[in-house]
Amino acid sequence: MNWASWLLSGFLATLALSTLLATSQGLGLTRMNLPYLIGTFFTPQRERAKVYGFAIHLVNGLVFSILYVLVFEARHMANWWFGALLGLAHALMVLTVGMSLMPGIHPRMANEQHGPRSDRQLEPPGFMALNYGFRTPISVFLAHAVFGAILGSLYQLSSLA
Amino acid sequence: MDQPQASPSDAVHPPAIHWPGIQDYGIIGDCRSAALVSRDGSIDWLCWPRFDKPSIFAALLDRERGGFWRISTVAPATIERQYVPDSNVLETRFITHLGSAILTDVMPGVAHASHQDTFMPDHEIIRRVICVSGELEIAVQFSPREDYGKREVEIREFGKLGLKIVVRNGAYWLRSSIPLVISNGSAQARVVLRSGETLRFSFSYSEEAPAVLRPLDSSLDDRIDQSVSNWQRWGRYAVYDGAYRNEVIRSALTLKLLSYAPSGAIIAAATTSLPERLGGDLNWDYRFCWLRDASLTMRALLELGYWDEAEDFLDWMLQATRLTQPELRILYSVYGEKAQPERELEYLSGYRGSRPVRIGNAARDQLQLDVYGEVVDAAAQFAFHGGDLDREMQKVLMGFGNYVIKNWNQPDEGIWEPRSGRQNHTHSRLLCWTALDRLITLCDRGMLRGAPIERYKEHCNSIRRQIEERAWNQQLQTYVSVLDGDQLDSSLLLLSWYGFEKAGSARMRGTYEAIRGQLGTPDGLLFRYQKANPEGTFAICSFWEAEYLALGGGSLDDAQQLFQQLMKYRNDLGLYGEEIDASTGSALGNFPQAFTHVGLIGAALSISQREKGEQQLAHRAPAATAQAPSEAGS
Repeated sequence: MNWASWLLSGFLATLALSTLLATSQGLGLTRMNLPYLIGTFFTPQRERAKVYGFAIHLVNGLVFSILYVLVFEARHMANWWFGALLGLAHALMVLTVGMSLMPGIHPRMANEQHGPRSDRQLEPPGFMALNYGFRTPISVFLAHAVFGAILGSLYQLSSLA
Repeated sequence: MDQPQASPSDAVHPPAIHWPGIQDYGIIGDCRSAALVSRDGSIDWLCWPRFDKPSIFAALLDRERGGFWRISTVAPATIERQYVPDSNVLETRFITHLGSAILTDVMPGVAHASHQDTFMPDHEIIRRVICVSGELEIAVQFSPREDYGKREVEIREFGKLGLKIVVRNGAYWLRSSIPLVISNGSAQARVVLRSGETLRFSFSYSEEAPAVLRPLDSSLDDRIDQSVSNWQRWGRYAVYDGAYRNEVIRSALTLKLLSYAPSGAIIAAATTSLPERLGGDLNWDYRFCWLRDASLTMRALLELGYWDEAEDFLDWMLQATRLTQPELRILYSVYGEKAQPERELEYLSGYRGSRPVRIGNAARDQLQLDVYGEVVDAAAQFAFHGGDLDREMQKVLMGFGNYVIKNWNQPDEGIWEPRSGRQNHTHSRLLCWTALDRLITLCDRGMLRGAPIERYKEHCNSIRRQIEERAWNQQLQTYVSVLDGDQLDSSLLLLSWYGFEKAGSARMRGTYEAIRGQLGTPDGLLFRYQKANPEGTFAICSFWEAEYLALGGGSLDDAQQLFQQLMKYRNDLGLYGEEIDASTGSALGNFPQAFTHVGLIGAALSISQREKGEQQLAHRAPAATAQAPSEAGS
């Protein structure tokens, strides 16, 4: 895979992931607004945080897509279902490790032990981000599976070309 | 400061065995939604995230299953209430023989919150209790119910984050400075407060995660102070220095509270199904925007100097109606959507057994030709006060004019929305005449280009002739409610307000005397029309009467006396409902009512203008009354 196709694949896959998460929120599957959650690392201003968060998530997606490509290369395997499997593993890591670490690493997030303070007022996600809706894990798994599937498919196509 | 120690309370009971009077409620809001707070500190009505969404507290309509949040003294107390002057921050003072405490209720505004450097919950109610002397025991009973009391909720505790209630579209958080005990979908506590001790609560709702959870420290007090300051800045901006300043400011603040900031719409009331007749079925959902109120509301906003609100309101009207133009519906949601279809919530008892409880409003499908005049007059007032009507607006107004030309001679449901069929209402004809009259004036002043002014004039004169000939009952010597009829209607007092008749003309005097004689009460109130089973007297009609007198229908003293008489019917917070019970003076109907407060402002303005010898209702062209029948010797 060349750099241009990696950039395009990563960009498309991340867009799909963001769109699916936003759609899940719109449909009431989850209350989680991922760009807002990420953006508030940097600013408490709601609308600005969403813009920052979206941009950062896009970059994150590109970075993670490199890891996917490395796995495809290492396993000499790239197709939609293998990508989707990687996506599910990725989602599991985000939901368990990532979300449980969030109150510790997010500078504006409260925690259950101490409650909100003037500088930490955001609701923590809890295990598997269930605080943001009990169907949140479903939408996160689904979105990441699609992310991986797109990367796997596009990588397979570029390898054939 | 010592923290008060809480103890579990007994089982949660409904807010009170008895029903509070409708006038026993106060209102707090954030220009997106509102809550009604009873005299004894119970929030009995709250719909989030906006006025017309399902409730989380609805004890107003069912004491058993509606849901409420009460903070009150355990022992019987004398209760005094007030808004912090010139604000919508409510203070309830409980006085017992052992001590006294002040409960402060506020819904902080969210304007520009997204651009602030501090987090703000999307929707929040802050409640604070301060013991100011002695000691007293406070009971907290928090009993939310989802979707107009349809479902119980599950309250879950999240450590020091607070209590959380997840509903279909979002999550509520209750944060309390004392621990609350959860049982059976409720949470409660009792606590003894001593002088200087404070309880703080933050109840919030968010449809987006992560939610913002407010710390219960002194920053919460700062937020209350900031809300007071914001409201006072807005309230004190009003340009009014007449004798009824407090009443006018309170009415303006109430009107602002009932506005929906994101769109500029103003709803009729924040409640549904408070009855027009106790125990009866005249129970309607008023959480929508009626175009009927447009002209009178625009006048109130413009003459009080609230230019931004007036501009937002006009923009909303012209944008909200875009999908149906040139036809107009009579009511819209805050975003200009068709109001919800009407349905009955049979499981609710209704206020004091007044069933059914309705949500949505079937009047959405009615025809009311008067709304064209009200919208055009509102736009004309805006222009005559110096506002700019751009080309797009001009096209919209001409579209309304063309519609009126084609349809003014049709029967309609009329201003009071009876569900008994269409008639040829005089008031509707008056407003069709008003629409064309204002368009003609706009053309004359060069504010409306390309309009078929000759057609406007032709039809305007035809409507005038029809009203003069067929709405005037020669035998009774009065204008009447419908063409060729013999019934009266208080809306006929508006013939002079819109400039069709001079207030002092023989015909208007005859009409006024007939209305007072047949629809009036000895206490200065007016029924809106004659009816076999009378409802309450209609509050705005009384203010129309006071304004009619101020416009020349009577002496200044007459107008002032009536206005002061009407002040007796406001509640202790200065609020009015839609109607007033003629025998008890109690409020009836949805509460508080924007239309009534608009009427109060209008009457106060016209009285003040007459006192000072200033021009009244400057937006009406004097030419409009130049050929009134009185001058023609009829």
